[in-house]
Amino acid sequence: MARDDVKTGYKLIGTRPNRPDGLDKVTGRARYGADFSLPGMLWAAVVRSPHAHARIVKIDASKALALEGVKAVVTRADLPTGLTGEDLNLQDNTLAGDRALYDGHAVAAVAATSQLLAQDAARLIEVEYEVLPHVTDVDAAIAPDAPVIRPGVADYSVPEGMHGNVARYMEFGHGDVEAGFAAADVVREHTYRTEATHQGYIEPHAAVGQLGEDGRGEMWVCTQGHWYIRRMSAAVLGIEAANLRVTPSEIGGGFGGKTTIFMEPLTLALSKKAGGRPVKLVMSRSEVLRATGPTASASMDVKIGMKKDGTITAGQVYFRMQGGAFPGMSPIGEALPCAFACYDIPALKHEGIEIITNRPKAAAYRAPGSPMAAFAVESMIDELCRELNLDPIEVRLKNGAKNGSKSSYGPVYDVIGLQETLQAARAHPNYSIPLGPNQGRGVASGFWFNHGGETSVSLAIGEDGTATVSVGTPDIGGSRASIGLMVAEHLGIPYENVRVNVVETGALGVNEPTHGSRATFASGKAAIEAANQAIREMCRRAAAEWGIEPEAVEWRDGAAHPAGPNAGKHPPMTIGEIGAKMGSTGGPISGHHEVTAGGYGASFGTHVVDVEVDPETGRTTVLRYLVVQDAGTAIHPAYVEGQYQGGAAQGIGWALNEEYIYGPDGRLQNPVFLDYRIPVASDLPMIDTVIIEVPNPGHPYGVRGVGETGITPPLPAIASAIAGATGVRIRSLPCSPPKVLAAIKAAKG
Amino acid sequence: MARVHLWASLRRFAEGQEVVEVEAATVGQMLDALVKAHPGLAPAVAAGLSVAVDGEVIANNRAAPVKPDSEVYLLQRLKGG
Repeated sequence: MARDDVKTGYKLIGTRPNRPDGLDKVTGRARYGADFSLPGMLWAAVVRSPHAHARIVKIDASKALALEGVKAVVTRADLPTGLTGEDLNLQDNTLAGDRALYDGHAVAAVAATSQLLAQDAARLIEVEYEVLPHVTDVDAAIAPDAPVIRPGVADYSVPEGMHGNVARYMEFGHGDVEAGFAAADVVREHTYRTEATHQGYIEPHAAVGQLGEDGRGEMWVCTQGHWYIRRMSAAVLGIEAANLRVTPSEIGGGFGGKTTIFMEPLTLALSKKAGGRPVKLVMSRSEVLRATGPTASASMDVKIGMKKDGTITAGQVYFRMQGGAFPGMSPIGEALPCAFACYDIPALKHEGIEIITNRPKAAAYRAPGSPMAAFAVESMIDELCRELNLDPIEVRLKNGAKNGSKSSYGPVYDVIGLQETLQAARAHPNYSIPLGPNQGRGVASGFWFNHGGETSVSLAIGEDGTATVSVGTPDIGGSRASIGLMVAEHLGIPYENVRVNVVETGALGVNEPTHGSRATFASGKAAIEAANQAIREMCRRAAAEWGIEPEAVEWRDGAAHPAGPNAGKHPPMTIGEIGAKMGSTGGPISGHHEVTAGGYGASFGTHVVDVEVDPETGRTTVLRYLVVQDAGTAIHPAYVEGQYQGGAAQGIGWALNEEYIYGPDGRLQNPVFLDYRIPVASDLPMIDTVIIEVPNPGHPYGVRGVGETGITPPLPAIASAIAGATGVRIRSLPCSPPKVLAAIKAAKG
Repeated sequence: MARVHLWASLRRFAEGQEVVEVEAATVGQMLDALVKAHPGLAPAVAAGLSVAVDGEVIANNRAAPVKPDSEVYLLQRLKGG
């Protein structure tokens, strides 16, 4: 699709150079959170509640402190008081106050001269609890007899009369849904459930913190957003943000779970109490699963009306989501607008509530809320397609959102690529491969808003004509390579001559984290503006050298050229020549840009999956998997494909195996990867990808974020494929073998 | 005047209106005018909103322009992963 306002004919954009972090990562040189150490460093360990809900009667650390080598213990009594709102919630989650609110809630922390000693000391800290009633299930939490966990948690939005565990309520829509249902030939209504799943990043949370008695400190930490770490840690500890310098490490995945704090402020609090010695804290996998943000669990009612020709006449949802023991953490505000975002339907009604339970404080997880919403709505649409014997892609093409459609959540879409993804999926060979016995095919589409946000970037020209770019968005999925490609393209220099560094909080203005699929879009857009500033200065230097006006100089192919009738004849002045003498022509040459970036384009994708279900065991094998997604412009296609494949892999895990399992005592039953089953390479086929490019008019190179949409369609696509293979519909994830087998047996009577 | 669409559960704080017309040149002015006209909306605005102006979702930029004929939708504050 050609667009006059978007550049084409690139030299570098769209190529696949080696990743800049590749050698460091395969040789072990890359420094992750746990790799960082300092002289005199102490190790920390955390005491966690074994109860889902309990009053903390007494904490006695005397035995721990009596151990030689134990340097500090902190409890809530060591943290400042008087916080409110989300700052108070962050502090409450960092260390419990008078009550532990979930299994794994931090109660105390200790620092000692070795990791083993710290762990031994943690076991010697005696905590007396008074166990309180608890609730962990999203529906059980609003049953009339459910204990009210945090009285007064409801915000302004909750109408009177709702259960005391309801924290937030939302309703929106358009059109007359009752008239829409009356106009349908078939109206169906079901409830769908998804369990909480964890982001499952390979690198556990890790930090080294140092804080002196003067209130000045530093932290080295694995995070998606070090300015967020700075602001939140400073708030929890009552110190000034400027006095805390935070440097991010390389990051082994985050997927939203590393956009907030969990244990990071404890390193600083312990350090201050230990006389300013640095303190290192590395979570175990069990701590990660018990006490860092999984996503919400959801219970979702869906009602959809469809005509026999596949026209969707109306849709209605009521979503219930729990985000743990703290308000504002479930993605109900994202899930509802995502529910029907792929469709242009004349009448829609969305309602939803957020519910508090005795579970860990949820965090964002890749396209927060969208996978659950898609599971409910896309499963229901597939059910209607099968009932009416309609092709699921044709139905989506017929009802799908297009350029200029009014979105389900109100605004009108500008330029979007959903239809293109559907057409490409229909044309792909995977969609026509004949299926064998016990095999089924599922199709689903997905959506994510994408994001821009606060962004600050600097660029400096080197004496040799190379460029160094400083960004504040940690590189999780290839943003250094993508930003380097865009800057090199823009400056007209080789990709190898651009180095992109992720820098610490003292080096740039505030940056939001790498979240919302924003890093390549927003930091890239700012880097291009920074490059423009440097180009203007280089043209000015060349003009001064030639004795002409700066306006008579143009920049192309890495050099300043005289342009226009009065510019005269001068040989091009290359970036290397300008850089070599910049000290004597006016000083260093750099560019800087800061912006709250807008113009991010919405993201759509369509997935097709074939599965085979073993009727003897209920085990599902994914035979082949296709991701088709609009990238706007794929700056580095290998990274884009990697994002598509990674999203699909996580979605497949959510669909087939992953779930938080709580016992009647409210304790997490599967806090290790042996029992919390994420997909491994042998569980998955090669995931096929098709990159659609419908350039985003809000970016100079047409970029759209690509990181999140890919996790959304797998949940319904897999369930629909299983329905095709077995004839039974699983409406409660995961589609684990025992559940599928039980459904097959039940269907046979 | 820009037309600001309220989600359904906000309308009870604005005398049942689905669309409120406000005079504003920026998102910040629009939100301030909204709260001035309907103080019941203050907690919702204070809690943080995302705003869509003429189709573009603006997370938190109060300086983003609003035109006299803009169609504005209020959304719950969006988070990403």
